[in-house]
Amino acid sequence: MRTIRRTTTLVAGAAAALLTLSACGGDSDPLEQDTGDSGEDTASDTIVVGSQAYYSNEIIAEIYAQALEADGFTVERNFSIGQRDAYMPALENGEVQVIPEYTGNLLQYFDPETTATSAEDVYAELANAVPESLAVLEQSPATDQDSYNVTADFAESEGLTSIGDLAGIDGLTVGGPAELEERPYGPQGLADVYGVDVAFEATGDTTVQDLVAGTVDVANVFSADPRIQTEDLVTLEDPEGLFLASNVVPLVGADVVEDVAAVIDPVSAALTPEGLVDLNVQSTEEQRSSEDIAADWLAENGLA
Amino acid sequence: MDLFAEAIAWIFSTDTQSGSLPLSEAIATHLAFTVVSVLIAAVIAVPAGWLVGHTGRGREIAVGLSGAARAVPSFGLVLLLVLVFGVTHKVGASTTAFVLLAIPPILAGAYSGVEAVERRIVDGARAVGMTSSQVLGKVEIPLGLPLLIGGLRSATLQVVATVTLAGYVGSWGLGFYIVQGIQIRDFAQILGAALVIVVLAVLLDLLFALAERAVVPRGVRAGRDGR
Amino acid sequence: MTWVVDNLDLIGRLTVEHLRQSALPILLGLLLSIPLGWLAFRFRLTRGLMLTVVGLLYTIPSLALFALLPPLLGISFLSEINLVIALTIYAVAIMTRFVADALASVEPHVRQAADAVGYGAWRRFWQVDLPLAGPVVLAGLRVTAVSTISLCTVGILIGIDNLGYLFTNGYQRQIVAEILAGVVAVVVIALVIDRLLVVLGRALMPWAGKGA
Repeated sequence: MRTIRRTTTLVAGAAAALLTLSACGGDSDPLEQDTGDSGEDTASDTIVVGSQAYYSNEIIAEIYAQALEADGFTVERNFSIGQRDAYMPALENGEVQVIPEYTGNLLQYFDPETTATSAEDVYAELANAVPESLAVLEQSPATDQDSYNVTADFAESEGLTSIGDLAGIDGLTVGGPAELEERPYGPQGLADVYGVDVAFEATGDTTVQDLVAGTVDVANVFSADPRIQTEDLVTLEDPEGLFLASNVVPLVGADVVEDVAAVIDPVSAALTPEGLVDLNVQSTEEQRSSEDIAADWLAENGLA
Repeated sequence: MDLFAEAIAWIFSTDTQSGSLPLSEAIATHLAFTVVSVLIAAVIAVPAGWLVGHTGRGREIAVGLSGAARAVPSFGLVLLLVLVFGVTHKVGASTTAFVLLAIPPILAGAYSGVEAVERRIVDGARAVGMTSSQVLGKVEIPLGLPLLIGGLRSATLQVVATVTLAGYVGSWGLGFYIVQGIQIRDFAQILGAALVIVVLAVLLDLLFALAERAVVPRGVRAGRDGR
Repeated sequence: MTWVVDNLDLIGRLTVEHLRQSALPILLGLLLSIPLGWLAFRFRLTRGLMLTVVGLLYTIPSLALFALLPPLLGISFLSEINLVIALTIYAVAIMTRFVADALASVEPHVRQAADAVGYGAWRRFWQVDLPLAGPVVLAGLRVTAVSTISLCTVGILIGIDNLGYLFTNGYQRQIVAEILAGVVAVVVIALVIDRLLVVLGRALMPWAGKGA
């Protein structure tokens, strides 16, 4: 019977081992997800900073986080939490309190019918469009907006400078993330606004490589992507305002505006369009971590 | 259960048939990834498994490699191979990852099928003068078929669910709808695509169930001949 | 490979997260599959139904299940509970069949002998059936552990950070070493856990043959 008693402990033993494992979590983990209880005690000095699942957004979030820490806040990082539609509920219920956003895309999220296109108009409308529980701080001069790009060769051979020049070219394929197909500035928008007919191909995170390799003819690329320079791409002009101006803007919980504005507004002011591209270069070309990039940037700008 | 009704409506809506990736094309590419990956895996794993089962050599290696292959995360492998092969070879990169996923169960089905043949039967076959390769070809392989088909069956079911991940790198397979649906929070679309995948899996499973039934009597007959 | 050296702390942090997220589903899979496997083994009627249902569960694409749980269960999209529940479902799907097979592998005359010396059904299950089924259950637990650790990475696509972060982040930044580091780390921890389970099995079930 001795052996038998030992066995019943197979389950118990495995259970104990696994429980021990599951118990040793990382409380200090910057990527920690357990924010369940942080929603309530926002009054004190703990701020939850989130980021999109986009490396460039994560660098900006890390800059916010380090700037807040330098000012004495305790920061909980909840990075890489997906796209806007995924994390917005978490912001509205206070699970996340600060996240770097982009004015144009954010306005389009709250008000799909908006007609504003200039940076000032977009920002003004956005301030009114956000739900009561949220607020936007000052917008940064840095922009990172969707744009349509072609290779320099293609632009030259077809004489392309503006999106409208694509009209009449047969058999065009536009590449971008899967959701581009459903966005107002996607294939439907191209047809409605510019009379450009395109097929759509989801190219995920390799859109630029797919453009260069010739899989697609036109690529939806973020304007702060360093590869627009390095791969010699031509960004097509958008005179009809298919894309809204999209400046970097912190979206924060309404209850923490007073706490964080003094820290984050100077950061936004110091972040220039070229500066943002440079941050991205450091991440992709130099393969530096967002912590290091953020720390250096804050030091260089005298903000930490 | 509104969501289920919406998902069914999504499957049959005309928009789903006419978008950048029509549903029929998504199903076709999804099945193509599945079938091609399992076939390539079978070409590699079946002869290797038979050899291991027949000779009894290399079993440890086969088990070890299968175990390691099982631990490889398919999602990471797809992305890694797309970067390594280049974006013009996304299909090849994805297929390679799915082949790796399919090999362990097929390999196990092949060698365990041969191993499971009773010693007495193999001895009997030798006694009537069969050569080693005749024993393998006429006795062990036919008798091992049910287990081999079981291995192919479980490989296929794993691959048909995992091919979804190919939708993260390009416009194909039912995974495209799921990846897109997550970004635009369209749960009806996610559930609709998932339901189609489950239906495909059930149909493939039925095919294999029929195949397993079809080979059993032949196997039993072969067994009697051997005796 | 300089990327790996420069980011060892990130890899370490994500590895701990990954283990933490995988552990609970593996454990729950084991605990839940014992009664379910017993039901499948004990009653002919439930066997077919049960095994079909768990077989079907396994064909639901992980990405879809992760994304669908929040609206179906009414939990936050960012909650790790999504991942834990989804991985538990897959773990149960794998384990139940193993437990049923394991119980079926116990020789009937052993059971009869237990009955003959006066064991009740409950006591017989815990002291005879389950111990003798142990080696096969352990084999199933090993498959479950490896599969759970590997599948966990898909959680990054619904915003749960673990080693899968290295896949998507490396893919965006085109850093091959980053993705490779993630793949290798997942394989290594899966194989280490697998070994640990073997050692644990030997210690707890000395009667098991070498095959276990």
